[in-house]
Formats: sequence, structure tokens, C-alpha cells
Amino acid sequence: MLKTTPFHERTSALCVSHAWRRWAGYVVASSYELSHEREYHSIRAAAALFDVSPLYKYRVKGRDAARLLDRVITRNALRAQVGQVLYTPWCDAAGKVIDDGTVARLDETTFRMTAAEPNLRWLEANALGLEVSIDDVSASVAALSLQGPSSLSILRELGDIPALKYFRLGQATLRGIPVTVTRTGYTGDLGYELWVSSENAIALWDALIAAGRPYGIQPAGMLALDVARIEAGLMLIDVDYVPANKALIESQKSSPYELDLGWAVNLDKGHFVGRGALEAEKARGPQWQFVGVEIGWDALERLYAEVGLATRLPATAWRMSVPIYSGVEQAGYATSGGWSPLLKKYIALAHLRSSWAKPGTQLDIEITVEHKRKRAAARVVKKPFFDPERKRA
Amino acid sequence: MTEPKASVKRYDAIVIGGGHNGLVCAAYLARAGKRVVVLERRERVGGAAMSEEVFPGFRFSVFSYVVSLLRPEIIRELDLPRHGLHILPLESTLTPLPNGDYLAQWNDHDQNRRELARHSLRDAEAYDEFGLVLHQMARVIKPVLRMAPPDPASLHPRELLDLLKLGRHFRGLRPEQFNALWKLLTMSSADYLAEWFETEALKATKSASGIIGTLLGPRSPGTAYVLLHHYMGELDGVFRAWGFAKGGNGSVSAAIAGAAQAFGAEIRTSAAVSQVLIEGGKAVGAVLEGGEEVRGKIVASSADPRRTFLSLVGEKHLPGEFVQSIRRFKFRGASAKVNLALGELPSFTCMPGAGPHLRGAVSISPSVDYLERAYDDAKYGEVSRRPYMDIVIPSMLDPGMAPPGKHVMSIFVQYAPYHLNGGWTDARREALGDAVLDTLAEYAPNLKSAVLHRQVITPADIERVVGLAEGNIFQGELSLQQMFFLRPAPAWSRYRTPVAGLWQCGSGTHPGGGVMGASGRNAAFQILGRRA
Repeated sequence: MLKTTPFHERTSALCVSHAWRRWAGYVVASSYELSHEREYHSIRAAAALFDVSPLYKYRVKGRDAARLLDRVITRNALRAQVGQVLYTPWCDAAGKVIDDGTVARLDETTFRMTAAEPNLRWLEANALGLEVSIDDVSASVAALSLQGPSSLSILRELGDIPALKYFRLGQATLRGIPVTVTRTGYTGDLGYELWVSSENAIALWDALIAAGRPYGIQPAGMLALDVARIEAGLMLIDVDYVPANKALIESQKSSPYELDLGWAVNLDKGHFVGRGALEAEKARGPQWQFVGVEIGWDALERLYAEVGLATRLPATAWRMSVPIYSGVEQAGYATSGGWSPLLKKYIALAHLRSSWAKPGTQLDIEITVEHKRKRAAARVVKKPFFDPERKRA
Repeated sequence: MTEPKASVKRYDAIVIGGGHNGLVCAAYLARAGKRVVVLERRERVGGAAMSEEVFPGFRFSVFSYVVSLLRPEIIRELDLPRHGLHILPLESTLTPLPNGDYLAQWNDHDQNRRELARHSLRDAEAYDEFGLVLHQMARVIKPVLRMAPPDPASLHPRELLDLLKLGRHFRGLRPEQFNALWKLLTMSSADYLAEWFETEALKATKSASGIIGTLLGPRSPGTAYVLLHHYMGELDGVFRAWGFAKGGNGSVSAAIAGAAQAFGAEIRTSAAVSQVLIEGGKAVGAVLEGGEEVRGKIVASSADPRRTFLSLVGEKHLPGEFVQSIRRFKFRGASAKVNLALGELPSFTCMPGAGPHLRGAVSISPSVDYLERAYDDAKYGEVSRRPYMDIVIPSMLDPGMAPPGKHVMSIFVQYAPYHLNGGWTDARREALGDAVLDTLAEYAPNLKSAVLHRQVITPADIERVVGLAEGNIFQGELSLQQMFFLRPAPAWSRYRTPVAGLWQCGSGTHPGGGVMGASGRNAAFQILGRRA
């Protein structure tokens, strides 16, 4: 049996498409409406509400909580301020990424860590000799993500919201419900994530929907989120990279440098898992890089015109490995891509060998037109594809 | 402060008019490295593609109100999304019927078929086939939008070459495609649609796109082509997709202006051109009201042909035959606009309450007879007693257009003829507003009490405010005798004019109106001596 989230009573009533998908053993909506189109646009033009409860959540508490996390993640947890949220990967001893998520410092000795995969055992294995307790609070803490330009206005309707900078958190009481609010999200837009005890989940949902209606709030599913996260240049585990502890062969693993997360590796701090390997990798330079790629319209149009068709664009974001070439050589592969309805561009996230990863490099991407494999011009571009000022403002 | 003197700065190009076509033209010229200045009469750019907070807290796309025809290549080449353009899709069309029923057209294929089948099983089947034929026709016509129309009467090698290409393009059609195209070029939209469908409301609602902006009825020959013109709208590779620009159509202009400026174009507002400066038979600049002269190597006017030639250039600089053609060029504005600020959403009797239907268009077009009768009134110089209306509620798509919980409604109204018997007065304007509200209230009884403010815009107002001759929203009727190589005048369809150095870049040239930008882009490519 698949589990349902604390919001299921509400989300199931809204899901007229009956389009569900699995996420960490839970069912969540792919799209609520018959098409995800409007749900997508609400992320960029109003506000979209996502049920992100299936995330794994751990409460790490105790005198050595910061030390434990600092030992696990690649960023500096010891220096994290109370109220700060860190986005970070964590690695195995060989410096290959196991998972990525957020670490929020709730107070001096309490953190909340979110992860895509179960990490309790990994945390415990690294906690030997430390005074710290680790609790899996995945089921008891429900989570909503409110994303879009109107998100703050909606929250303000519900109660006093502390002024939060990007990647900061605060405690709030929204219509009497205690909620931890983090200014985080997976859309690259202005947005907040709300962490609430699961018994208050439905009440919070109802309050948000009622207050959000005049602002165009729209419950949104994973199809819409997938487009937005690609525009934001954000990678997805199991899609854009294989976690090191699941990889069957060495070449499936990636270091943070190969995933464009070098900025999140702090080699100035003390020992942490994978440090030695990462130092060496940094000195050597990564073999691969994770970049943005823009597929040229004219090339695409020509390929379709050759067979007498109008240009076909993918209706949803795709998640598969697509070869990218430089002349006869394979320069790498894209792992996610799709049409950006906002930017009016066909974009993809790709792993390229470092020699071809410089922005501006002209490459070719494989594309199947009428059952035949063709190549269309593609150009390496800077990530994120979409980066509005309001995200950080 | 010193008096502004004759500008010492010399530009490569002066663009008259900062409407969307003028801005597009300027952006492409600037992109090619030209020193460009746009001279706009009003205090803001956009022309008829502009947004304004007409009532406190309520923003309107005052004139043009949807986006679809805007050429995708312009969005791409000028990277308009980077300059703030965000097009939100319009999802459906609801046609309420006098008997309390409705016809809805939905984006979702299954939902749409089920709804059509409620009215006619045959129409539900024919719908997809109709869509396929129009898709193919749109693909046939699409390349034509990007070309400077060759003059069939010319023996110039370049024009002959273009004609040959065009001939080849059409010769590539299968016979049934050619027949379909010929029908679309010659038939009335009502007749053409009657070959496909039997549901009155469906025929009427579809034929309405054949009459928009034109003083013709759905039974007038030639209107089927206008239907196709509107079918050409394309979003994300899909024809016949309509959208709404976040922030209103002013954001379209703002994005194009942003792109133009990023390429280095200069934009001057409150700079009304009174005259094109002509020396030795060549356009060398523009004279502003107040006397300032702005000089440039070429001048491109995005004003309509009448204003450009008869007012800014002057007949004495033009061949008589050409002047005759421009004088005969038909404007005859036929449409009005009513903008409403609403305290609550309208509730339609046929589909009460809020719902997805309010995020699409609402079309008051219950039958072809209804539309033709509306035209009958206009034919004899009167406002339609029961007008055709195309309604959208932009705040449903972009809540930022109105204060939270409140709404704005945009009502396109036809027919409201420019040449009204007795002329337009304030009283006639308000009577038009009343007729619109009375008609609409029959379908949505709470509407009148929901209205907080209303703005009524007649063709005379469009002419006065935006400068479009006779308030024609396309800078000249989109009727076959003034399209393609005849737009705006025989032998002068390739954006050139009889005055050396003077170019046209407005909707009064091929391929014509709507917030399309093709005229501006095509003109820029001609000016630069390049092929699109």
C-alpha cells in the first residue's frame, strides 16, 4: 500500500485529473487539473501550493548536533546561524554525492534536515561518540511549499510573518497554527516552505486556500514543479544524478564539483566525510560539469519542416538520458529538459565533459523526429535559466 | 535651460510612433547596430498595446487585450521574456445562449468533444478534422507572413524571384489543400463554417473571428480569410492559442521597448511628429510639434497610411495615383471597448458561480443571425442593438490587475461604427455602454450591481487617443482587397514608399493588424536589405 500525506483528504478531492505519482512511498498529485499548464503559470504569475510532505525530515538535537551535521554535509554547519537554512549535498568517503537537501538551524542545538532519501542510518553512523539525538520526523511533520510572486502577500493575510531573507527561517502563528516558515523552495522564485505538525495540516491547507484565493493561489503538482525546477537549474536525485550509495558502477557516481555544487563545498572547515577526496578533486578539476543547455529553435524548426511538420515541443518536462555531441564525439548527455512556457525556450540540464562545458559552446543534441534520430544545435548557457530578482529580494 | 535647437545628433533611422510595430522595427534596426530613435507622440510607448491603471487599483489593457498573433520569432529574437513578457494561456471559450444553455470550447480534447457532442455528435467529430485543415492552412500561410509581398505587376528581378518562390510554395499544395485555401480566401466565414458544422452557437462563435475589427458581417465574402488570420496565432508551437500578457498588453510594449533600448535604441516620448522632413525628394528626418528637427538617414513610420502620407508627408510630395490609393484605403473602425472594474465576479445563468470558464473568453455570439443582425445595424450607421462581444476577465489570470478579491473585465464590442449617424457624442458613448451592460446582464444578472467603474471607448476615442485613423484597430481593414501586395497600395507593399528614404512599418502594411509585430520586423529587414 502506498501512503498518503496528511493533506490527502484535500488534495484527493481536487485532483480531477486522477494523475498521481509516487514519491518516497507516498502518492502525490502529478497535476490536479487536466493539464499542468495553469499550475505551472501560477508559480510564475501568482502562487502555487505544493504538498511536499514526502520529503524525509530529521530532527537533529543535542550538544553536538552542529558537529554531527558539519561532519556529514559539505557546507559549514558550525557557522550556521540560528534561523539560517543551508542547501547542501553530502558525500561518501570518496567524495561522491549521496543526497542533497536542506539543513535548518532551529536553535543553538536543534536542526532540521530534509533529504530525498532515507538518511537515518548514515547520520547515526557518523554520530558515534557525539552527544546528539536523531529522530525521523518525516511522518509527524507535514510540509507545504508556497511558491510564486504572491506567496508573501498570502502568508501575510494569515498572520505576522517575520521578514525573512532568502534561505532564512522564522516561527509564525498562522490563524492560530504554529508553523515554521522557511524562505526556500524548488522553483527558483519567491517562495516559502511551511513546516507544520501533521495534525494541523488540514487546517493550514484550508487557511492558505481561503486566504490565497483572491491572490490566485493554485494547488500544483509535480509536473508543474518539474518545469519550474529545470528553469531554476535545480537538479533532481535519481534523475540528474545517481546517489553514490545506489550506484552500481563507479562512473555513475558524481562529485559535488561535477554537479555544479563546488560553491557548496567548504574546504576551509574541519574534517568532514569525503574531504580528502574533494580536496584532490578540486585541485585536479572535475572531469564533468553540470550545465544548462539551450536547444536552438531554428534547428528544431528545420528538422520538423524537413518532414512537413510544424515544430513539436514536449508538453511536459522529460527525464531521460539524451546524448549530446560535439562533431562526431559525444560531449555528454542531458538528463532533464523541456519547453519553458515562460522563457519560450527549449532548455535542458546536462552533464558535459569539462572541455565542452564553457557557456557559449556550440554542440548538438539528439532529437527524434518522426521516428528518426536527428541532431539539433544546442548551446551551453549559464544556469539558472530563470532567475528573477524577487527570488532573493 | 536652453531652447532645444535642431538636433545635432544624426541618426541612422528615425522611427515615427512607439506602438508595438514601431518598437519592433526599432529593436531590429538597433540590433543590427543602427543608431535609432523612436519618436512617440504620447507620454508613454505602446500605442494601442498599453496598460493603464484607469481606476485606482484596477489595471486594464485599455485597447488591445490578448496576445496570440505576436510572432514567435520576434519573442525569440528579441528575447522578450527576458524583458518581462509572460504570456498566460487563455483556456476556453464560453458562449452563453439565450435559452439558458451554453456552448463551451475547452482546451482539453476529451472535455471539448464531450461538450460539443451535447449539441451535435457530428460537430464533435468534425471539430478535429476542421482543426487539422486550419492547422495545415495556417502552415501554408505562415511563411507568407514573414515575407515582403512581391508585386505581381512588377518586372523587377527580385520581385519576380519572390513571386516564383511563392508560386512554388503554393504549387507544393495537394489539390484538396489548394481548394481549401481558395475557399478560405473567397468565402464568407459563415458559409465556410456551415460546410463543417451545424450547431448555431459554434458556427457563430467561430465566425466571429472573421469579423473582428472589420465593418463586414459573417456572411460577407472574404471574411473566411480573416478567420484564418486569427487562427495563425501561435503559442509554444500550437496554432490558435490565445494568451494574456501578465500585466496587460502594456507589458508586451514594455518588453519590446526594453529590448530595443538594450540594443541601444533611444526612445523619446511626448515627441509628436508634425511632419516628415523632405529635402530634395528624400526623407531626411522629422519635425516635432514645437519645431525641433530630428535628422536621420532614413525615416520609418509606424503610423497608419493615412496619417503617414496624407498628414505627415503631404500630398505634394506624392504621386497622384498613390494619393488616390491611400485615400481609398478603407479604415471604417467597427469596434469599441468597454472596460469594467468589478466588485465581484459575474455569475452567468448558464454556468453560475466562479469556475474555470471565467479564465477563458466569454463570447456573446449565440447564432450567425445574431451576428449578422448586429452587422445590419452598423451597415446603416447605428450601433448594434445587440452587439457581438468578446469578453475576458484578466484578473482571473493575473490577480495583480485588480485589488485582491476584485476583478477587471474587458469587453470587445462590435459593431460600433466610426461613421455613426449623427456622430459620436458623450451621450452616444454612454448609450453604447448601457447597451453592452444591458445585453450582458441578460446572461449574467449580477453584472450591473458588480460594476464599480466603467470605461467606454468608441472608435472615435481610439482615433483621438491612439491616433489610429477612424479607430480601425488594424490600421486599415483586413479585407482581401487591401491585403498582401495591395497593402496599403499597389506597388508599395514592400514597406517602401514613393518618397526615397521613407519606409512604412505599421500594421497598415503586410501582413496587417493585431499585436503581431510582423510589419515592424519585415520592414526592418527590408530597410537593412536582408531577407527575413
